[in-house]
Order: sequence, then C-alpha cells, then structure tokens
Amino acid sequence: MESTHSAHAGRFPWAHIVGYILSLVLTAAAFWLVLAHKAGLATTLVVIVLLGVLQILVQLFFFMHITESDGPAWHTVMLLVGFLFVVAIVGGSIWIMSFGGQVVA
Amino acid sequence: MLEQVKDFASHFFVTGDPLIYGADVSIVVVSLAIIFVLTYFKRWGWLWREWLTTVDHKRIGIMYLIAALLMLFRGGVDGLLMRTQLALPNLHFLEAEHYDQIFTTHGTIMILFMAMPFIFALFNIVVPLQIGARDVAFPYLNAISFWLFFFGALLLNISFVIGGSPDAGWVSYPPLAELGFDPGPGENFYLLAILISGIGSVATGINFMATILKMRAPGMTLMRMPMFTWSVLVTSMIIIFAFPALTVALALLFIDRLVGAHFFTLTGGGDPMQFVNLFWIWGHPEVYIVILPAFGVFSEVVATFSRKRLFGYSAMVASLVLIGIVSYLVWVHHFFTMGASADVNTFFAIASMVIAIPTGVKIFNWLFTMYKGRIRMTMPMLWTIAFVPCFAIGGATGVMLAVAPADYQYHNSYFLIAHFHQVLIGGVVFGMLAGMYYWWPKMFGFKLDERIGRWAFWFFNIGFYVCFMPQYALGFMGMTRRMYTYPEGLGWGPLNFISTIGAYMMGIGFIILVWDIVYSIRYGERDLTGDPWDGRTLEWSLPSPAPHYNFARIPVVTGRDAWWIMKYQMKPEERPDLGPIRPIHMPKNSGRPFIMGVAFFVSGFGFVFNWFVPAIAGLVVVVLCLILRSFEYDAEYYIPVHEIEETEAALGRL
Ligand code: HEM
Ligand SMILES: [Cu+2]
Repeated sequence: MESTHSAHAGRFPWAHIVGYILSLVLTAAAFWLVLAHKAGLATTLVVIVLLGVLQILVQLFFFMHITESDGPAWHTVMLLVGFLFVVAIVGGSIWIMSFGGQVVA
Repeated sequence: MLEQVKDFASHFFVTGDPLIYGADVSIVVVSLAIIFVLTYFKRWGWLWREWLTTVDHKRIGIMYLIAALLMLFRGGVDGLLMRTQLALPNLHFLEAEHYDQIFTTHGTIMILFMAMPFIFALFNIVVPLQIGARDVAFPYLNAISFWLFFFGALLLNISFVIGGSPDAGWVSYPPLAELGFDPGPGENFYLLAILISGIGSVATGINFMATILKMRAPGMTLMRMPMFTWSVLVTSMIIIFAFPALTVALALLFIDRLVGAHFFTLTGGGDPMQFVNLFWIWGHPEVYIVILPAFGVFSEVVATFSRKRLFGYSAMVASLVLIGIVSYLVWVHHFFTMGASADVNTFFAIASMVIAIPTGVKIFNWLFTMYKGRIRMTMPMLWTIAFVPCFAIGGATGVMLAVAPADYQYHNSYFLIAHFHQVLIGGVVFGMLAGMYYWWPKMFGFKLDERIGRWAFWFFNIGFYVCFMPQYALGFMGMTRRMYTYPEGLGWGPLNFISTIGAYMMGIGFIILVWDIVYSIRYGERDLTGDPWDGRTLEWSLPSPAPHYNFARIPVVTGRDAWWIMKYQMKPEERPDLGPIRPIHMPKNSGRPFIMGVAFFVSGFGFVFNWFVPAIAGLVVVVLCLILRSFEYDAEYYIPVHEIEETEAALGRL
C-alpha cells in the first residue's frame, strides 16, 4: 500500500493534469451543444454519445491505470463483460422504447 | 413568531395519527434509554473506538446484521399493519394515504434496507475467512459503505415522523412520483436515501470483487473456492453493473423534482416509461443480487450437514455465472403491459423462462448432495430444506408470470404479490436466516439455541404458507395490489382473513427468533473448538470468534473443502510448512467514514426540504474527507510478533 504512494512520488503528475483538463473540456462541450441548440436533434444525440465514449476512455487511461496490472488481467475481463452489458442495455432500451410513436409524441 | 414556529412544526413533524404519536413516544424513549445506558456504563468511548471507527470486516458485518434485523422488524410491522387493514372488507384501521405510505416504506425497506444489509453482513463476516485473507481489499472503503448504508436507511426511516413518508410505491413510477402529483418531502426522502446508500452498495460490490480476485490464500484457485465465495463474486459483478442504472433513474427523477426538468414528464418531451425501463434494468438483476448469496449459503449448509462434498461443483459454478448474465436480459418482464412490440415481449418472455434452467440445476445438485448423505437436522439445515419446495413453487409461478400474454391478467394482481414474496421470503429470508444460524458461532462464539429456533422456524414457515397461498387465489379472483380496502360481496373476505392470520404467525415466529438470540446470549452452547458443525471450509479452522487479524499464518490450500482436507485427509507431516509467525500489516481504525456518513445524511436531509445551506455544507464536508484521505500516508500499522503469539496462546492455538 505504501508502494502505491511512493512509486509516483517525485514526478509531476502530468497525466492527471492532462486527463483532468480533457474531461472538463469534454463535459463542457456536451453541455454547450445541448444548451446552445446548435445542431439538430439527431446530430446532437450522436455527438454527445461520442463525447461520452471519449470521456470513458479518458477516465480509463488517465486515471484508472488501465495499462498497469500484476497477475491475471482481471480488469480487462471485467471491462469486456461491462461492454457486453452496456451494448445489451443500450441496444435493448432503444429497441424496447421505440414502440408505437403514438405514446411518445 | 410563535405562530410561525407552530406552523413550521405542524408541517415538519407528522401529526394527526395516534399511531404516529405512539411511534414518536417510543422513539424518544428508546433514544433516551440508549443514551442513558451508554452514559451510565461509561460506554461512549468504547462505542466509538470499537465499533463506529472500526475497519474490521467482522465487526462491520455484525453491524450490518444488527441493522438488517432491525429493518426486518420495521418492515415486518409495516406488513402487519397492512394485513390488519385488509383482514376484513371496509375496514378503516388505516386511511388510504397512510396505507400508501406503508406499502411504499415496506417494499423499500425490505429490499434495500433489509435484504441488502443482510447479504452484506454475510459477505463481510464470511468471505475473508473463507479465502484465507486478513481483511477485505479496501477496509476503509468498506467502512464508508456501511455508514452510507446506515445513514441512508436512517434518512428513510425518519421520514415517517418528520416530513412524511414516501407514498408512490417502492418502484416510485412517474408521473405519480413527479412533483405535480406528489408534492412534499416524502418522495425526496425515498430518492435521497436510496441514492446515498446506493453509493455504498456499488463500493461494496467493487470491494468484494477485488477481494475475491486478488486476496485468496496461496493454492486457492478459482475452482477451489467455496461456493458461498463464488456466489459473492457473481453477485458483486451484478451489483457493479446494475446499480448505476438505479442511480441514474433516481437522480434524473430527482432533477425533475428539484429544478423542474422533464426527463420523465410527457410535457416537455420526456417519457415516464423510460424511468420504468431504467428502474427494471436495475430491478431484475437486484432480485438476483439478493438471491445468489442465499444460494451460496444453501450450498455450504447442505454440504456440511450431509457430510458430503457438494454435488456437481462445476455445474454449480456454471449456473451461477449463467444466472448472473441472463439476469440482465429479462427486465422487460416487469412491464410487458407497457405495450412494446410483440417481438420485444416474446424475446423477454423466453429469456425469463431460460433462467429457470440453471436454477433447476442448482436445486437438483442440492438434492443430490443430500442423497445418501448423513443428514443432521440442525437449524441451518431446516431452513435450507424448507427453502427447496418453497422456491420451487415461487419459480414455477415466476415462469407463469413470464408468459407475456398471460401476464396481462396476472400483472399487478395479488398473484404477483404472492410470487415475489414466495421467492423473496422462501429464498432470501430463509437463506439469510440459515446463514445467520450457521455462522453465528463464528461471529459470537456461541450457538443459537436449537429448541427455541425450531419454534421460530415452524411458526414462520407455516405462517408463510397460510399468509401467501391464499393470495395466489385472490389474484385469480381479481384482487389487485395496493388497494387499501375492498367492498363486501366479492368473496375476498375469507381468504384475506386467513392471509392475515398467517402474517401474524410469521410475526410470532420473528419474536421467537429474537427470543432465541436473547436466550442464547446467556445460555447458548459455547463454541470452544472453532469448528462446531464439523465444517469443510477455512473459516472453521479459526477460533470463534476469530482474532482481529484472522489468520496468524496464511494457510496454504491444496484442494476444495480446504479445512476438511487438513482435518481428515492429510497426515500432520504432510501439512505445508507455513513458516514462523511474522508481523502482520493491518489497517488503522478511522473516524472519517462515520463522519462522511453524517455529512451525507445532513446533505440529504437538506435536499429533502430544499434547504440548500445544509445540503451544500454536507457535501463540502464529504469532499473535505476525501481530500484528507488522499493525504493520509500513515493509515496502516504492524502487529508485532509477540502480540500475535500472546493472542494465539490465549486462544489455545500455539
Ligand atoms: C424462474 C425465475 C423467475 C421468473 C421467471 C420470474 C418472473 C417474474 C415476472 C414475469 C414478474 C413480473 C410480473 C408482473 O409484474 O406482472 C416477476 C415479478 C417479481 N419477481 Fe420474479 N421471477 C423469477 C424469480 C424471482 C426471484 C428469484 C425473485 C427474488 C428473489 C423474484 C422477485 C420478484 C419481484 C420482487 C417481483 C415484483 C416486483 C414488483 O412489481 O414490485 N423473482 N417475476
Ligand atoms: Cu424480474
């Protein structure tokens, strides 16, 4: 446990700073796009989903040490499982909730 | 001025109902009694040092257990109140609004503040001991999880004397749960209580996944893990991936209510059914979150008390994993009647039925484990055996509900109510009680009395069937859920009356169970060996209760049922040499998790009433706690060898 602190001591945490700025920019961009009504509905949706995916990547690479591991790479396995569930849930929800347009105006 | 205070108080405190005044009095009396006892016996320091600041998984587990039993009591009283109201037609024991509040808190408490802490109690108490670890992967986070659960539960519970209880059902669907139809703080209590405790639940999932994947004793491969640990691993995975959906659903609803957004209102382009969709993306996996640990308990109990290895270990593992995955793909069966396309309903109907297959595999494996075993009818085994037929019926009625066209008839009728109580009581509650009886000696060093336990068991068990079997029939007769009363002449009276009798029998069973605990604290058989049931897994190799570092030396595992092998199949000279005792690295206690819990509570309470000063202040304290933790470099210590040797010698282990 001590080693986790000392391993990075001394070096300036560039990765964290860059990641922090990137994640702020991505968040602000999504908000701006929605609040400013600059694009049509479909474009807005696609773009904010893309921004969201980028956000996930930033978190994984800059903060969550995705590239480090000792022992079996369990985190990769779990990410894969998570990916499958996300596809099922998002894809499933779109399929389920796009029923009869008469209800959702 | 005085008028203003009076006016404020009459809204702030719930008034008007004699039941509530009774509760007010008893809350004040009990609180005063607790304060008096702690002060009189000078126990405040002890409480703080030994419990409130502890990061020891065994103590956190015990606190979860106490909380779960208290919540079982509170939820049970809610249940009895509802059953009393429904005993006869046209009763006015409870008025409609009060009835709504009670069924809402009943459901919310039983699932989120009874079943969840009960499984977390067993996670904490058992998993590190079963895998030969000295604590969980993140003990400090573990304490945070507990206190977030605790203060979340407290927030929901005070709603009934302060501000008013939520009343939109435990599923709290919009539009009913939106501000327009449900003004007042009740619904906010529901949302914030679950949001806060939900953070803790996700953290627990992460914690136990990391613990099980990373901290097993040498030699314990995945396929040598005890079955309870396996169930916790799969459950943790489900928790991690399911709870965020609930958090999102509730947070969006909260934003709707707080700042007038339109995520779930039809005006403004929102869609209430999207809440229902998100809720059940969590909701169905949730029922498996609470049942899988019970399955784990049954596997341990059946093997131990049949004196046999668990039958079909790999099939058991495979079914657990399969259930874990398929449980994500069935959520629509809770809202077939929404009217999605026939393709959607067909897919989810079939997926739901598929779950019955791995479940059936597990049931047969338990039966085969018992077959030709030398069965001992102890309390844990009794609860396990009672579970089998009960859950079989519950599963069968589940499959009936999963037939989408038929569900248009069953949906939201008493048939549904009977189904889920059968799986939740017959599965989860029986399982947790089996686990409690089984591991009780490991927690406290004495057994619970079997004779009294049997009385509790029979009252509860017979009471269960008397209470819920009539409800299947009532469902067929057209009685729908959440009605606070019904007219005469529909023929529902007799069955409802019988059901209420059953509910009271279960209540008596619970009281006897509490009596069993009280009695056994004094007279229960002491466990001096650490292995009172002739167990098979590593927790039974330790003294009861285990010393706070668990294992003086980390054991080496050579097969499944590691302790059984060490006990009976290995000659002393074959035992692996564990080397000398070395200093043990342990986490220090910390008061910060508790303080964070308090801060979350203050913040949540502020948001409930839209008082932004406490709401923000609480969050600031939370962030402060996080920052302080980041700069804490001295959170661990070593137990010196001589201290370990003294402890072990005192336990007769050297
Ligand atoms: C073979 C297994 C099962 C199947 C096929 C099944 C199927 C269903 C279906 C179709 C419904 C929705 C019915 C309706 O709303 O009309 C339902 C409701 C429910 N089930 Fe199950 N179920 C199964 C096992 C379980 C288990 C193991 C649990 C819990 C431990 C459980 C807990 C619940 C709950 C709590 C509800 C109702 C929630 C509510 O509306 O308030 N079920 N089940
Ligand atoms: Cu379900």
